[in-house]
Amino acid sequence: MTDAALTGTAGRPSAMSARVQVALVLFALFALFPPVVIALDDPFLILIGTRILAYAIAAMALDLILGFGAMVSFGHAAYLGFGAYAVAVLSSFGIHDIALQILAAMAVSALFALVTGAISLRTRGVYFIMITLAFGQMAFFFFTSLSAYGGDDGYALSQRSTLFGMDLLRSNTVFYYATLGLLMGLFALCHLIVRSRFGRVLTGLRENRTRMQAIGFPPFRYQLTAFVISGCLTSVAGVVLANQAQFVSPAFMSWHRSGELIVMVVLGGIGTLSGAIGGAVAALLLEEFLGAVTEHWRLYFGIFLVLMVLFSPRGITGLVQQIKGSRR
Amino acid sequence: MSRLQVTNLCKSFGALKVTDDVSLDVAPGELHAIIGPNGAGKTTLVAQLSGEMRPDSGRITLDGRDITRMPMPQRVRMGLARSFQITQILPAFTVLENVALAVQARRGSSFRFFAPAAEDTGLNGAAMATLREAGLDDRAGVRASALSHGEHRRLELAIALATEPQVLLLDEPLAGVGGEEADAFVARLAAMKGRFTMLLIEHDMDAVFALADRVSVLVYGQIVASGPPDEVRSDPAVRTAYLGEEESA
Repeated sequence: MTDAALTGTAGRPSAMSARVQVALVLFALFALFPPVVIALDDPFLILIGTRILAYAIAAMALDLILGFGAMVSFGHAAYLGFGAYAVAVLSSFGIHDIALQILAAMAVSALFALVTGAISLRTRGVYFIMITLAFGQMAFFFFTSLSAYGGDDGYALSQRSTLFGMDLLRSNTVFYYATLGLLMGLFALCHLIVRSRFGRVLTGLRENRTRMQAIGFPPFRYQLTAFVISGCLTSVAGVVLANQAQFVSPAFMSWHRSGELIVMVVLGGIGTLSGAIGGAVAALLLEEFLGAVTEHWRLYFGIFLVLMVLFSPRGITGLVQQIKGSRR
Repeated sequence: MSRLQVTNLCKSFGALKVTDDVSLDVAPGELHAIIGPNGAGKTTLVAQLSGEMRPDSGRITLDGRDITRMPMPQRVRMGLARSFQITQILPAFTVLENVALAVQARRGSSFRFFAPAAEDTGLNGAAMATLREAGLDDRAGVRASALSHGEHRRLELAIALATEPQVLLLDEPLAGVGGEEADAFVARLAAMKGRFTMLLIEHDMDAVFALADRVSVLVYGQIVASGPPDEVRSDPAVRTAYLGEEESA
């Protein structure tokens, strides 16, 4: 009995720090990427890297509600769009500072998440998925009809965002590292949140809603707060993507994109944060490589995804744990 | 004044009256048991008292305050806690975390986003004390899903206790527990008597007559008898409706 108790207490914190270790390894690999790119003399790769980092931020933010809160939002691309259009709209008014753009993106996202979340959270399961999809599509069509910013065709940005008035981000490498810094900072933030009192309530609601109500937690306010936080963090990825592409269009917020974010989280292993980052890397690398080999890459990606879900339902994280376990 | 008062409570599912004009008074510190055959509507009654289900009509008051339409979490914060007949735990959490979360519900804000909850000594200390009371302190670090059935029942009780209730609604706490484990559980409940007002729903007749100050008998949603255990035991209506059935079975 005591033995089991000891392994129980010892097992979990180390499992937790294992996730941090995975994240740290990923961050180290990310940090080593630009020198490799320079050695390969293919500067385009650094932009692909930045795109991967941006999606890693978005997938991690989605994991916060999907993995820890069991809220499957199928409209999260809307927040990518808010981030991207915050850059476009503000820069068209001469505001190029990235901090202000992120602030604006978060403010709009918070408002949208608060209103749509409050309505969506009246439903659960498949209805929640459908209603978040519907709100995502509403945002998509709003920007499609926004002719001042190119509507359907999108809008080219005249320059990259600036940082405190300095034109630092013009360099692709500096911009890459700045994005990596954002990812690391936001990972630390999410990591704190899921372990906090608030995070416990959120995870508890995922585990057993009735039990949580029976000890005095009304689910709505906690889930809505998490929904708003997740939306705000996702919009940061949108700000990065707009700068990466120097272009914004409603395509950022199509429902395909929302689906891709879910795929990244599931592929990486839900409810792990670092898994979502790994999932974003795996999904986008596969897209790049399979896309270069064949134009039917989606077919092969689909087969890969089916195999992953069948044989490793806990995603890449589960796969890594299995390999580690079998080696012992 | 009674601590928990139920007046003319009614609930129907279609044509079936599950709760039929039920009135109850539970005095402070009293252990009031509700017995009745399967399908008598005991769990439905607890569901209405705890706020999981709305009654069609009637009134529920806690310390004189009308709580009939109050949502469950708010009732818990007023000191009305329940345990479930079918164990409701957080399976991926450790035993300690299950209880610490119940402590957290009562103490301080849960809108704290940065400090790790696992290192919150205030929460863990209170949770350990409750686990000791439930005899689960040596299982604190184990995942709740790994516990035995008897341990699950004790955890269920510990979680309810950790919300610092004044009134405890215990829905068949002994369900599926037998032998020595059941005896130990009854001893634990006996030790808790007086500290809490308890409404106990139970099938185990030995436990009920050992613990209860008063017993009400629920048959087809109606209370057919109510009084001290000895009186209820010898009530002829009860014998035919319920106890007799048990004996012949």
